[in-house]
Amino acid sequence: MASREPSVLRPVRDVAVVAFGQTATARSTDELSEVEMLMPVLHEVLAATGLRTSDIGFTCSGSSDYLAGRAFSFTMALDGVGAWPPISESHVEMDGAWALYEAWTKLQTGEADTALVYSYGKSSPGSLRDVLTRQLDPYYVAPLWPDSVALAALQAQALIDAGETDEPALAGVALRSRADAAANPHAQLGGDVAQGEYVVRPLRTGDCPPVGDGAAAVILAAGERARELCGRPAWIRGIDHRIEAHGLGVRDLTDSPSTRLAAERAGVFEHPVDTAELHAPFTSQEVVLRKALRLGDDVVVNPSGGALAANPMMAAGLIRLGEAAARIHRGASDRAVAHATSGPCLQQNLVALLEGDAR
Amino acid sequence: MSGVGSSAVLRAPLVVEFPFTRSLGAVQSAFLTGLRERTLLGVRAGDGRVLVPPVEYDPVTAEEIRDLVEVGATGTVTTWAWNHEPRRGQPLGAPFAWVLVRLDGADTALLHALDVPGPDAVRTGMRVRVRWAGERVGAITDIACFEPADGDAPVRAAVPHSGVFDEPVTGIVAAARLDYTYSPGRAQTAYITALSERRTVGERCPSCRKVYVPPRGACPTCGVATAERVEVGPRGTVTTYCVVNIKAKNLDIEVPYVYAHIALDGADLALHARIAGIPYDQVRMGLRVEPVWTEGGRHPDHYRPTGEPDADYDTYKELV
Repeated sequence: MASREPSVLRPVRDVAVVAFGQTATARSTDELSEVEMLMPVLHEVLAATGLRTSDIGFTCSGSSDYLAGRAFSFTMALDGVGAWPPISESHVEMDGAWALYEAWTKLQTGEADTALVYSYGKSSPGSLRDVLTRQLDPYYVAPLWPDSVALAALQAQALIDAGETDEPALAGVALRSRADAAANPHAQLGGDVAQGEYVVRPLRTGDCPPVGDGAAAVILAAGERARELCGRPAWIRGIDHRIEAHGLGVRDLTDSPSTRLAAERAGVFEHPVDTAELHAPFTSQEVVLRKALRLGDDVVVNPSGGALAANPMMAAGLIRLGEAAARIHRGASDRAVAHATSGPCLQQNLVALLEGDAR
Repeated sequence: MSGVGSSAVLRAPLVVEFPFTRSLGAVQSAFLTGLRERTLLGVRAGDGRVLVPPVEYDPVTAEEIRDLVEVGATGTVTTWAWNHEPRRGQPLGAPFAWVLVRLDGADTALLHALDVPGPDAVRTGMRVRVRWAGERVGAITDIACFEPADGDAPVRAAVPHSGVFDEPVTGIVAAARLDYTYSPGRAQTAYITALSERRTVGERCPSCRKVYVPPRGACPTCGVATAERVEVGPRGTVTTYCVVNIKAKNLDIEVPYVYAHIALDGADLALHARIAGIPYDQVRMGLRVEPVWTEGGRHPDHYRPTGEPDADYDTYKELV
């Protein structure tokens, strides 16, 4: 049982995010294939570090064929890496944050000193709300086709019933996120965005993320290699991911014990953080995550605008890690928590604690 | 595939359909068979809770759980969401509320639809009852939806049930359909557009200078964008081939026939196509071929021999 394990899992090896790149997220990218969309961000992170593909010890990607309806699209995407002579490579059918976790683990083993992590999502060819129903329990839930907004709305109503939030408070989250996104050139939705009509009550248009296509890439490096490649590496002091029961009615939707446990094991509660990049596609989910991560009002939450400003599927979680790291790179943060989620109503959660060297 | 409006990008509808046939575990089988028989079953977990819908393994301990109980067909809404625009496949065609319902005797909640006229008619804590589907097959949709049951008091706690029924359901067919609008991207759009003019146009890698046909927009060796367009062919060389002996569904081609890799003149990657105009057992590596177009076709129907002498192995060995 979990209680026998140490509460904080310390990395055996110092590993840092040394470069981050992302595309602008757009509602449609018809003119680009997935590899054409992805390639610029791969080149961006390689150029930032001066590395070539052949210098990279391990490559790991995250994507899902269901989004664009293209079988084995991740093998086509690999064209953008230049995988010849053969490279050490892996793929997860998940958000790129989990690809980063796999790469971090590989670096922990000492088998590699550098890793390229990328992910992309092209949701525009399909109807995302319907596509996402295919990730649900195929026996009891998927035959009812409950779309992603409907499930988030059930969670939002549970929060309202519990007195944890109300519609004006949710609108406030939307307003703050889009206002912050005005300064983010990669955001899809920024500035003054109307809260709009109900999509599935109690969630309005403004409470939901925009549907968009995008890609992101990160380079990880271990120890001294990280210092060579980056002026101020964003050290991953802890990282963990946890999942909850798949039955929605088994869970307490107003809480996120998986986030709390992952944060505990990542060491988030040992020292105060100044910044949090939370992967909360719906306004109501920020309420849950703030509570689970015990974030006070002094913490800057989602200065990028978060997933409410740009939510490219399979990349938005990796972007949270990248945004937090980039703030450390440029000295805007000293210690940040980054979070990624997967599944309906925050079913699975990854938490990382990032830190910059003292200045 | 066709262009839409003034845009040069190609688009076409793409339908992905899959009827997954799934077998059921013992608990799932009892639950879904029970729905067919208008009996609602749950399973008792290690901590004593009754889980409805029931699962095969304990969500806390992961141990196998088999202790079935019958619960009521009435219950209480634990949360809801108003769906004013039902989508394809959802339980009701008219606006309805999504609800999580804790059935009487259960400790967890079941997701389904609640048939009420509007959002003002639903609240957390309201009493509801199952409305059974007229035709039941052993699926979650045997519950048509829930309906208000304000007068109904909680009926009973969970009572033990054997889970045994005549003719148990052992599997479900989960039909799924997703509709996409496929767009092939810049490089492949250019390739397909040129093909419709009976020209084969690849792209050259700026780094290794190889010409890829069909182009995918990136050089898989160098990982850089290809952009320089290069017309190749129309003639080419068979680098390798196979003899197809099984007739494909919906394909009006007599077997046996030959399917070959063809290195078009000027290309550094072989494409594949059918070979005709020559008996299948006379096709060979090195055979020189050319495309055969049909009226209105957007790509070559097949390739046929040109009558030239066979190519030397050395001229195409890098492309085999």
